[in-house]
Amino acid sequence: MQPQNNKYTLVIEPKRSLLDLNLKEVWQYRDLILLFVRRDLVARFKQTILGPAWFLLGPLLSTLVYTLVFNRIAQISTDGAPPMLFYLTGIVGWNYFAACLNGTSSTFTANASIFGKVYFPRLVTPISTVISNLVQFFIQMLLLFVVMLIFWQRGASFQLNLTALLIPVYLVILAAIGLGVGIIISSLTTKYRDLIQLMGFGVQLWMYATPVIYPVSTVPEKYRFVVLLNPIAPIVENFKYGLLGSGSFNLTGLLYAAGFALVFLFLGIVLFNRVEKTFMDTV
Amino acid sequence: MSEPIIKLENISKQYRLGLVGTNTLRGDIQRWWYRMRGKEDPTLKIGEENQLDSRAGEYVWALRDINLEVQQGEVLGIIGKNGAGKSTLLKILSRVTGPTTGRITAHGRIASLLEVGTGFHPELTGRENIYLNGAILGMTKQEIRSKFDEIVDFAGVAKYVDTPVKRYSSGMYVRLAFAVAAHLEPEILIVDEVLAVGDAEFQKKAIGKMQDISKGGGRTVLFVSHNMASVQKLCERSILLEYGKIVLRGHTNEVVNQYLKRSEGYLPESKAIVNLSTHPNKVLDPKIGFQKLRLLIDGKEDTILHTNCVLEIELHVVIRRANENIRLGIVIKSDNNEKLIGLNNTMLGKTIVSEEKKSHVFFIKLPDFPLIRPGIYYIDLYLGDNDGDYDTVKNAASFHLKETDIYSSGKIPYPHTNIVAVPKFDIKKI
Repeated sequence: MQPQNNKYTLVIEPKRSLLDLNLKEVWQYRDLILLFVRRDLVARFKQTILGPAWFLLGPLLSTLVYTLVFNRIAQISTDGAPPMLFYLTGIVGWNYFAACLNGTSSTFTANASIFGKVYFPRLVTPISTVISNLVQFFIQMLLLFVVMLIFWQRGASFQLNLTALLIPVYLVILAAIGLGVGIIISSLTTKYRDLIQLMGFGVQLWMYATPVIYPVSTVPEKYRFVVLLNPIAPIVENFKYGLLGSGSFNLTGLLYAAGFALVFLFLGIVLFNRVEKTFMDTV
Repeated sequence: MSEPIIKLENISKQYRLGLVGTNTLRGDIQRWWYRMRGKEDPTLKIGEENQLDSRAGEYVWALRDINLEVQQGEVLGIIGKNGAGKSTLLKILSRVTGPTTGRITAHGRIASLLEVGTGFHPELTGRENIYLNGAILGMTKQEIRSKFDEIVDFAGVAKYVDTPVKRYSSGMYVRLAFAVAAHLEPEILIVDEVLAVGDAEFQKKAIGKMQDISKGGGRTVLFVSHNMASVQKLCERSILLEYGKIVLRGHTNEVVNQYLKRSEGYLPESKAIVNLSTHPNKVLDPKIGFQKLRLLIDGKEDTILHTNCVLEIELHVVIRRANENIRLGIVIKSDNNEKLIGLNNTMLGKTIVSEEKKSHVFFIKLPDFPLIRPGIYYIDLYLGDNDGDYDTVKNAASFHLKETDIYSSGKIPYPHTNIVAVPKFDIKKI
């Protein structure tokens, strides 16, 4: 017989305190997070011929199309950076955010069958999404470095600089905003599915408010507030600056994004924890 | 009594009926507005009891004021009809959904088996799924690693452990899933109907494993099932749920009997002569169909049988229309509704021809009554033809079987076995 262990004492009540973020329990389930990440990665490319090469093809093809459309045809400036590099950098940075947002925003609806049968802290699922997207990001970063190397050998002009060391910080902020906003949306969609419709094109539109295909410097003063309000904009801008030296380093923007991330992540977790208790009844 | 390992206080659960749509938004805003002004939620008052046939009210109480204490090491059965609230209770206990009111205190980890194979991914191999499923159920990687071989062994899939589970047969899949779950070591295990999977051999293994878990491991098991036999086998104590409330708690045999009584309607007292025309379980109206039943044991009216006695059942029946293919059947059941003997005239090669509005008396004689287990038995009666049954009387009559020294050895047969077997038993010296 096992001794009764009081550290496991568990209380189930209709409502939990708002500020009880339940993060300790998430930590207890860290093995599950890693296994979910593994499942996501393994299952995704089973029975595909190219496997993880799909991670590379997506951004490569987008870069080619963007170069053709926005550079050659629309002739939008790239702030002096080689167009291919300019777009690829933007895409890699933006893609990570978009994948996090898309992945986490359907947490409840996509996992209803598993959530309906067994309990584990629901936050485990969106967190594992964010982490498995990180793998995608790293593979795309490798691609970016290879392309940069090729351009550097051909003598293209760009300046990798020290602010590139801040990329991990950018990643954390992107992940936090993607997770925060994503779980807010997923919490709101358990009952009313309207937001799912918005998500379909919302993420696409958000990209145009982010300097992925244009540098901030080309935005007319009148519209600059849109870019200033968008917390992803300074991250992508700084990301490009660190790798290519194009544009400028925006410290206030970075701090704003970090603040935004903290607030929305907190709000998201609070809302998510409230919804996870009863969402099975409404989903 | 020591502190209960799990304690439920006033647990209730309310559900909303109907669809979620624009109208529900209004209700939500109304609720929110009431809450903001510090008033009680108006929708919590109008809820009805959960009776599946009642249509009144937009909200129902799937569970109402459940109070329950379970001790460590206890295996508690939860029984009740569909819609009685069993699954809701298990869902709340396993934290899939939250209660509307009340509080549960548990001293230990709760793991639930509401369905086996939750989270299995078809593309992953058996090995990967064992880890994934184990982690979903709350085990750490290390715990799973230490039990891995045992799990594979129990499931009997050692050869296929590196094959994606989508290539498994459904039996292998379920066995693997159950094996993972069975090797969890929570203090409290919640099981819902999972034993209804796999072949007979595996079911036996599964029930055995559950018994080990509670007896050997000192763990608490809450077990929901519609299979009364397995509830009786596993659980000492049970509760009966009806319309979201606990209507009975106590020894499993008692609770199961009550449940069967309630679901089958009337259960007869043992009488040698039973008037069937006014029997509450009779389907047709009194004047036609079954009229009277007489039990004769070794030629005398009686209700107490012994093994190997001569049982005669005399049936008085009125048949309404002329018919050449009448089928008359009887079924003898144990007290937990297991059908043990079933006979009808067509199976015996006897035809019954009747003219219109004709009374008949049928005699059914079992010369060596073959059942052993002492207890109460019930008789169901069926009357029909090739197109189906016209009149049935379930639990028409009952009788008691007493222990019998059938081998004349001064010993009685094992009380948990069912039928007589008279073996030839030789001993040779070599």
